[in-house]
Formats: sequence, structure tokens, C-alpha cells
Amino acid sequence: MAARLLLALLLVCAAARADDADLDRRVMNLSHELRCLVCQNQTLADSTAPLAADLRGEIREQLAAGKSEHEVVEFLVARYGDFVLYNPPFKASTALLWAGPFLFVAFGAFLLVRFVRRRRTAPPELSPDERSRAAKLLE
Amino acid sequence: MKKLYWTLGSFIGLVALLAVGLRLNPSEVPSPLIGKRAPAFDLPLLTAPGQRFSEKTMLGKVWVLNVWASWCPPCLAEHPVVSQFARSGLVPIVGLNYKDTREDALPWLNRNGNPFQVVVFDADGRIGIDYGVYGVPETYVIDRGGVIRYKHIGPLTADVVQTKIEPLVKELSRGG
Repeated sequence: MAARLLLALLLVCAAARADDADLDRRVMNLSHELRCLVCQNQTLADSTAPLAADLRGEIREQLAAGKSEHEVVEFLVARYGDFVLYNPPFKASTALLWAGPFLFVAFGAFLLVRFVRRRRTAPPELSPDERSRAAKLLE
Repeated sequence: MKKLYWTLGSFIGLVALLAVGLRLNPSEVPSPLIGKRAPAFDLPLLTAPGQRFSEKTMLGKVWVLNVWASWCPPCLAEHPVVSQFARSGLVPIVGLNYKDTREDALPWLNRNGNPFQVVVFDADGRIGIDYGVYGVPETYVIDRGGVIRYKHIGPLTADVVQTKIEPLVKELSRGG
């Protein structure tokens, strides 16, 4: 009886540990996509700032309470803005951010094409006058 | 000649872009909370743990919320400005003592003076998260309807108070 009880207890503990590990993984996955606002080039997962620890705790609690990743992200965006996202959404205020590199490439391609085309045009014909001058110089 | 203008033009454009970029402060993140209701709280007072204070008490008034902590040097730096602003009596200032301990915060107030009408105690920083606090000190201006109208991140300066906060508070107090 005691052995059975112990086994049951162990099983419960093991299940709880597995749950914990799963939760840890979800917290870590999510915090890799979020920016620490204190040291802005670190993710929440990497940062050791106290606020990052608090926010990881908050994320963990909310996930444990059954909220989805999406809901947790919404919670943080409502407080800290899109800036917390390492992958900001495409909208009017971020359009330049997303489209900018493509605009630069397009502009560069335009300049390149123009440059190459200009070089390709045949050298201008010499007038008879210029021809005779050239011939003189070459004599 | 045309080419020269183009080159010069794009160069000046680039310099202007970089100049603007350099002047922006990347640590100032625009708050999504401006224009939204100030998040609700019901916290114990720093000075009297038995009493509680909620932002609802301030409904109908224009008020300022100042987030500070005794462990934060910039808070000490802005303290004379906050005190001066409080002395003007223009607007009540509520202090939010953020992630601090009573043992540190109370002597800090005794030493430096207490400009706050009331100080609430947010020991675990939960309410700070609701207000999107990420770098103390932070200062919020909240209107009569309980809507956040302005947020300043970092230490208040006399300039910010005079050019931004005072005019806004006066305007909010006049209207509606």
C-alpha cells in the first residue's frame, strides 16, 4: 500500500515536472521573440534586467493560467507598443520599415540599369572636321 | 552640372536624415497608452500599509502620476524639479513607488522631501507593468476622465515641466 502510494506520488511529481518543462519551453520560445525595453538590443530571454525577469514571470504566469501565446503578446503590446516585438507587424506606421530595404534595392537597380545603358550607347560619330584633325594628329 | 546637383542634393538629403536620426532618443518608446484609460490599481500606501488608494479616487481631477524608486539615481536627480512643480500647487502629484522597499523608500522621502499628495507602494512592479513602465522615473499626465494624455520617460527637467506639462495641465483643467 505504502509502495503504491509512493509510486502514485512519484508519478504525480513527474507529471508536474514535465508540465513545468513544457511551460519553461513555451516561456523561453515566446521571450525570444520579445524585446527587453531596458537593454533594447536583447530579447526578453537573453536579458538579465530586472524588468525582463518580471516580464518573463508575467508571461509564465499567464501561460500557466491557460492564456495563448497570442493573448500574452497582445497583453504586452497593449502596454509597451509594437516595439516589444522583434517581428513588428506590417501597418501604416511600420510600412517604411518593411518596404524601405526593397525601395533602396529598387532605386539601386534603377541607377545601375541607367548607368549600364548609357555606357552601351555607341560613341558619337566624328564630324568630317574632327576626322581630319584626328588624321593629322595620327600622322 | 546636373549631375553635381543630384549628387549634392542626395548627399544633403542623407546628412539631414542622419542628423534627425542622431537626435532621436532610441530609449524613448512611444507609449501605446496615450489616449487610453489609466490602468486601474488599488495599492497600499507607502506611508500607511493599512490604507489603500485607487486611481478612481482621482476621477474628475487632472493629476500627475510620477513613478519613482529610492534605488534609481535619475529619480533623485529629478526630485528638485518634481518638488518645485508640486509646490506650484497646479496639480496633485501621486507617487508610485516602484519595486522598492519601505525600509529604503521612507528614509529617502524623509531625506529629500515628499512632494507627493499620496504615494502608493508597488512592491512587485505589477502596476508598473500595466503602465508600461520600463525605465524609472516616468511621469504621466491624466485628465479628468482618467485618460492618460502625456507620458514622459526619464527624469523630468524644468524645461519639460514648463513647456509640456504645465501648458497641458492648464488646458486640461480649463476644458470640460
